Amino acid sequence: MEEAGLDPATIELREVETEDDAARESFPGSPTIRVDGVDVAEAGPTADSPLTCRVYRRRDGRPSPLPDPEDVRAALVSRA
Amino acid sequence: MSAPDFELPDTEGVRHSLSGSDAAATVVYWTCNHCPYALAWEDRMHAVSRDYAERGVRTLAINSNDAERYPGDSLPAMAERVAEEDWPHPFLHDESQEVARAWGAERTPHVFVLDADLNLRYEGAPDGDYENESGDAEWVRAALDAVLAGDQVARPNTEAVGCTIKWR
Repeated sequence: MEEAGLDPATIELREVETEDDAARESFPGSPTIRVDGVDVAEAGPTADSPLTCRVYRRRDGRPSPLPDPEDVRAALVSRA
Repeated sequence: MSAPDFELPDTEGVRHSLSGSDAAATVVYWTCNHCPYALAWEDRMHAVSRDYAERGVRTLAINSNDAERYPGDSLPAMAERVAEEDWPHPFLHDESQEVARAWGAERTPHVFVLDADLNLRYEGAPDGDYENESGDAEWVRAALDAVLAGDQVARPNTEAVGCTIKWR
C-alpha cells in the first residue's frame, strides 16, 4: 500500500462468521480483498458456501488461496 | 501406531479397504474439489502416486467434506473430476465422515504415510509451500524413501496446511 501511496492503517479487517453475514456482505469466500468496495480479482469457481476458502488463479493459471500479488498491486494503484 | 482400517467406495463404486493389500507402503491423503490448497498440491500428490507405484506404494485419496453444504464435493462431482484429470489412484468418498474422525484428519490436504504393516510413519503436509511446485511433495517422498529403505522417517510430523474439513 505504501508503494501505491496509500496508508496501511486504513485497512479494515472484517470477519464473516455466518451465512447471513456472508449474504449481507455479498461475500464470496475467504479471503476477499476489496479496495474501495471493489474486489481485487475475479472470483474463481464459486464455492458452494461462502464460509470456506476462495479459489483464486494466479496469472500463470495456478490455483491459489490468495490472489496474484500483481492483481492486488494493480487494484491498489488504480485506486491511489 | 496402526492406522484404523476402513472400507470406502471410489468414484466408480468399487470399495477399497486399507487392509488386505500387499503394498510396501501406503499413502492416504484427504483432499477435496474446492479447497485452493488441495488444488495447488494435487498435481504433486499425483506425481508421487505415479512415481512410487512401481515401487509397490499404494495411494488412496479421501474426500470427507459435507456434500450437502458443499455440493461441489459430492460423489458425482468427484467422479467428474477423476474422469477429467485422469487420476492415478482411487478417490474415495467418506460420506459419513467417520473415517476422517477416526484418523484425526483435519485439513485438505492432510497426508498420512503408512508402512507395510499399516503403521503410521508420516503425517502432515506434502511439502513446505503450496505455492512452490518445485517442493515436489518432498516430505511425502522422503517419508516413503525411508519406509521403503527400512529406515526411520527423519521428519515424521509436519503441520497440515489447508482448508478445514467441512464437518456436518
